[in-house]
Amino acid sequence: MTTTIGAERQADPEEPEGPRTPPQDDPFDRDALPSPAGATRALLLDLLRPMRRRVVVTALLILLQQAAVQAGPLLVAYAIDRGVPAFREDDYGPLVAVGAGYLVCALGAGLLQYAFISASTRVGQDVLLDLRGRIFRHAQALSVDFHERYTSGRLISRSTSDVESLRELFNEGLQELIGVVLSGVYICVVLLWLDWGIGALAVASYAPLHLLIRRYRRRASRAFDARSTAIAAVIVKFAETLNGIRPVQAFRRERTNDEEFQKLNHTHERTNGDAILEMAQYVVGSRLVANTAVAAMVLWGAYRVADGTLALGVLAAAVLYLRRLYDPIDRLGMFLNSYEAAVSSLGKIAGLLAQVPTVPEPERPVPLPERSGELPGRRVEFEGVGFSYRTGGEVLPRFDLTIPAGQTVAVVGSTGAGKSTLAKLLARFYDPSTGRVLLDGVDLRELAVPELRRGVVMVTQEAFLFSGTVADNIAIGRPEASREEIERAAKAIGAHDFITRLPDGYDTDVRKRGGRISAGQRQLVAFARALLADPAVLILDEATSSLDIPGERAVQRAMHTVLHGRTAVVIAHRLSTVEIADRVLVMEHGRVVEDGRPAELIAGTGRFADLHRAWRESLA
Amino acid sequence: MPDIHAPTKNQSTVRTLLRLWPYVRPVRTRLFSAAFIAVLASCLGLLIPLVLKWIVDGPVSDGDPGGVWLGALVLLLLGVAEALLFGLRRWLVARPLAGVEAAMRADLYRHVQRLPVSFHDRWPSGQLLSRGTTDLSLVRMFLAFPLTFLLVNAVTILVGFVILLSQEWTLGLVLIVPVVPLVGLCSLFETRYSLAARRAQDQVGDLTTLVEESVLGVRIIKGFGRHRSQARAFGSLARELRGTELHKARLLAALWGVITAIPELAIGAALVLGTVRVADGGLSAGTLVAFLSTALALRWPVDSIGFLLAMSQEAGTATERFFEVLDEPLPAPSLNPPGVGGGKGGLPGATPPDPHAGPAAPAPRLRGSAPDPAPQTPEGLEMPRGAGNCATSHTQPADENLGIRFHHVAFRYPDAPSDSPPLLSEIDLHIRSGETMAIVGGTGSGKTTLTALVPRLYEATGGRITLDGVDIAGMPRDELRALVAVAFEEPTLFSASVGENVLMGGGDTDDLDRALDVAQAGFVRELPHGVETQVGEQGLSLSGGQRQRLALARAVVGRPRFLVLDDPLSALDVHTEARVEAALRDVLRETTALVVAHRPSTVMLADRVALLSGGRIAAVGTHQELLRSNAEYAWLMSGAGDEGEER
Repeated sequence: MTTTIGAERQADPEEPEGPRTPPQDDPFDRDALPSPAGATRALLLDLLRPMRRRVVVTALLILLQQAAVQAGPLLVAYAIDRGVPAFREDDYGPLVAVGAGYLVCALGAGLLQYAFISASTRVGQDVLLDLRGRIFRHAQALSVDFHERYTSGRLISRSTSDVESLRELFNEGLQELIGVVLSGVYICVVLLWLDWGIGALAVASYAPLHLLIRRYRRRASRAFDARSTAIAAVIVKFAETLNGIRPVQAFRRERTNDEEFQKLNHTHERTNGDAILEMAQYVVGSRLVANTAVAAMVLWGAYRVADGTLALGVLAAAVLYLRRLYDPIDRLGMFLNSYEAAVSSLGKIAGLLAQVPTVPEPERPVPLPERSGELPGRRVEFEGVGFSYRTGGEVLPRFDLTIPAGQTVAVVGSTGAGKSTLAKLLARFYDPSTGRVLLDGVDLRELAVPELRRGVVMVTQEAFLFSGTVADNIAIGRPEASREEIERAAKAIGAHDFITRLPDGYDTDVRKRGGRISAGQRQLVAFARALLADPAVLILDEATSSLDIPGERAVQRAMHTVLHGRTAVVIAHRLSTVEIADRVLVMEHGRVVEDGRPAELIAGTGRFADLHRAWRESLA
Repeated sequence: MPDIHAPTKNQSTVRTLLRLWPYVRPVRTRLFSAAFIAVLASCLGLLIPLVLKWIVDGPVSDGDPGGVWLGALVLLLLGVAEALLFGLRRWLVARPLAGVEAAMRADLYRHVQRLPVSFHDRWPSGQLLSRGTTDLSLVRMFLAFPLTFLLVNAVTILVGFVILLSQEWTLGLVLIVPVVPLVGLCSLFETRYSLAARRAQDQVGDLTTLVEESVLGVRIIKGFGRHRSQARAFGSLARELRGTELHKARLLAALWGVITAIPELAIGAALVLGTVRVADGGLSAGTLVAFLSTALALRWPVDSIGFLLAMSQEAGTATERFFEVLDEPLPAPSLNPPGVGGGKGGLPGATPPDPHAGPAAPAPRLRGSAPDPAPQTPEGLEMPRGAGNCATSHTQPADENLGIRFHHVAFRYPDAPSDSPPLLSEIDLHIRSGETMAIVGGTGSGKTTLTALVPRLYEATGGRITLDGVDIAGMPRDELRALVAVAFEEPTLFSASVGENVLMGGGDTDDLDRALDVAQAGFVRELPHGVETQVGEQGLSLSGGQRQRLALARAVVGRPRFLVLDDPLSALDVHTEARVEAALRDVLRETTALVVAHRPSTVMLADRVALLSGGRIAAVGTHQELLRSNAEYAWLMSGAGDEGEER
């Protein structure tokens, strides 16, 4: 979905992602928003910081759990070296101790396992909740033009697929990592204690493993980056098709879409396979190292036993530990797998979070002055305002404009003359490139959001409805409004009749019958929403384009009372709107070329007189 | 949305997962080889303790250095073989499994594209998206790990027990005891976890929907400064999801805790017993070491059952969610009754077979319990097929049948309450060949719905519509939609160049210029790359009026026999509108057109006007006739007679 933007907006050609397009400089195309170096790590640390204590507790739990689990072979060594001779001398003490020890360890291991999984999931889920919230809130803070370029599909990808890979890291990875590292260290220490030679060999075997891991991480991160970009492209295409399903079907795009989707899907398939293959390489390498080390250690141990410098029981225990030493290697692989996937996702999220809102909220907001009179309207001033889109091309050359409080101004002009841009500056969807937009003398940039939205509200021609009931959708204008107030707003605009005819009246779920509320009816809902908000300045951008004539008349009649005393900017192609205006601005190529009372302009010979004549004729 | 979150039917996870077979079939050889290799590798792993036993009891006890070297060498060889087999297994399945995921996704996309519009009215796109992404990667992971390792672990455990029993059957029996409670526990866990997993996936879908809406409606959210309340709504959904995830984790933690503790207890018991036997001299120390080493080697296969089961459950519910969409029956293509058109549930035989046919999706199953999508007009299927039959069933002269005819057409939305009156009923309308008919009616009177019936975006629930005498219900959809071009009220452009967007309506480059001229879309030539400029979601943003003109160009570019225009000029300014109208007249002369109109200027394009009121065609005539004779029409067109007419 795109919005109304001046035709003059220049932009680099933006190719869809896909194998056939050469790499472009625009980071939006490559789905690789820049993020400062180290942002990914900083984000991860930042997310974990509030959890510090719980992470430590979780680590302690798994430490104890590992201690309980790894005690087994020690007890075996004790049983063979001490229990057996003692038993032969009818001393059951050591054996009873072994049995009791095993019982405690087994129960402890089970309970600690339970505690650890519960605790680590809680940490993980809290981090995810935090991260999801951050992405959402940040995306909401970013400006409209960001969303026009980033696309909903990518944002969905960031907050689902990418968060999901972090979930996997926390769910499985965290446990693997702590378990793997601890059991590795633990077993090495025990081995060193049992026999320095075997222990030293075990420690030494970590050097090649480390190299393997480094190589794997380097290569896997590339693979995962590619995969994450590929799945985002798939989602974008999927979402676009779903949102345009009517034209897709009407123009028989299904097969072409299948082909295009297949390309993107195939890219994802390939990158996905690449990522899995990297893992396969790592597994082979690490297993080779591990099994070679085991053979070497057994050889060494056997020699020592043959020498008589090592007890048989100790060798037995060492051999049991050896089997366990490299057990977690595959699990380490799984951890690295989730880790790299998560890092690459987190990188993309960090890139999104690093985007600075181009329309930021003020740090020290200034309140609007008290209204001078009874009337709700406020004065609007454009002071040396000029505007060009980031991508270049001046849309509005520098201009000044003052709209006194309570005045209704109609803005007319051909498509792309800059009317919508003017409206969006006033609604602060964008900030001007130069100059200031003032509301009762206060720069819009200095107003806190709630204050700004009590001040200025805009109704556009695209009347999007959110999931929920009709009443919910109107209440967006003022969430605390009562049902009576909602109905009053709907009645004022002439929407009440059709709403009461819906299956559940105001409580009809629009998503269930969303397609059933016609474009005109949606515009009425959008109007009611704006009325409910009761702003000082109301902007109507083509807000009646889908209404039929009686509907438009009803709206205009309502406007008479609604706009009374309010400042209003009305953009419309249909000049019927002008009937309610105190003043008309005619825009062309970003400039105001005529400005005056409607009657004066109509009587004149300018463009407006021209337009008005054409419009009268079209009504014939 | 009870129809979307519906884990009501109690299908076993196994049965659900078996439905994956058609997708797995093409890669079955590799998958089975991989599983076999994994079993082999695991068994090799189990041999290692036996070698250790031999080393301890043999060369070490005897002080035979040569034997020690031999033992170590055997260990090394076994180790290398194990490593290579592990690698081979992964290499075998890497690409095929990515392929399975891709094939499933392609099928989902293909299916969703062809599902009727009424399906899409019901399903938020976030729910569909999450099924096509997160859920499918769960399925792939299931095929990669749990599927193989549940088998491998079962075999490993089985072989392990055989080794244990053969080494020392009394001790072996001690280890078998805990199997019984573990199996019971696992099945208890399975049912509970499956419910929780399903709930979590549905909640992810809802979250996705909210994210998407927050982007699509970002202007409204910003315009009313509602981003905080939107963030609150998101926060509460996200917290619900967290609650479900924690519930899942507790279940898994309990299972895992028990699975860790019970075997360990058994091993402890075996150790005590074994020590007594060694002391008695009934058992060698080497055998006990080997026995315990084998038992410990089985620890991981047993331990991991917990999360393997959990992953399987999640994959099961993900599969269920996937097939919920794929099971939605496609609208009957026309000539072929459903099911005959082949397992793909695709388009009729008239269309060429899909070149990208992945593994055949199971034939769409009509579920009685599922909310019915667009009714299938069963009578439509029994209708005489083809033009000839249709013509003979009517006695009028042939040219009476030319053009678009509505015969007693009725329509009600499938999810409308059954006691509500149909939206459209008894629609009888004849748009003669070459004629342009305007449809006029109040807001919400069903004009758009009426036009959507012609290209069968919705299926009429009663009566029939004929194009040049041919019943559209008997026409393959593709053929029908090639005949009828539509310009929608909300013009959607796709991520493609301007030229590609327009040429979606057919035609070639010459037609492109003509169509752009008709729609007064000369502005595209001033775009940075002319008609090559990328537009749509990932491209240059155009204004509503510009998009509307491109949508109009798209509708007329292929010189369609039948043209449906839904308020095509609503976003245009008066001058542009006048120019478009002038150009459009030439186009309309050559085609049969249905035009939804809100204003007199659009009505003037039409030869005749039909007034839609109360779900019926209330009057048909020329603009002037209706203005004179019909008060409602006069009111709609001018607001005359309106009590508010004061200025």
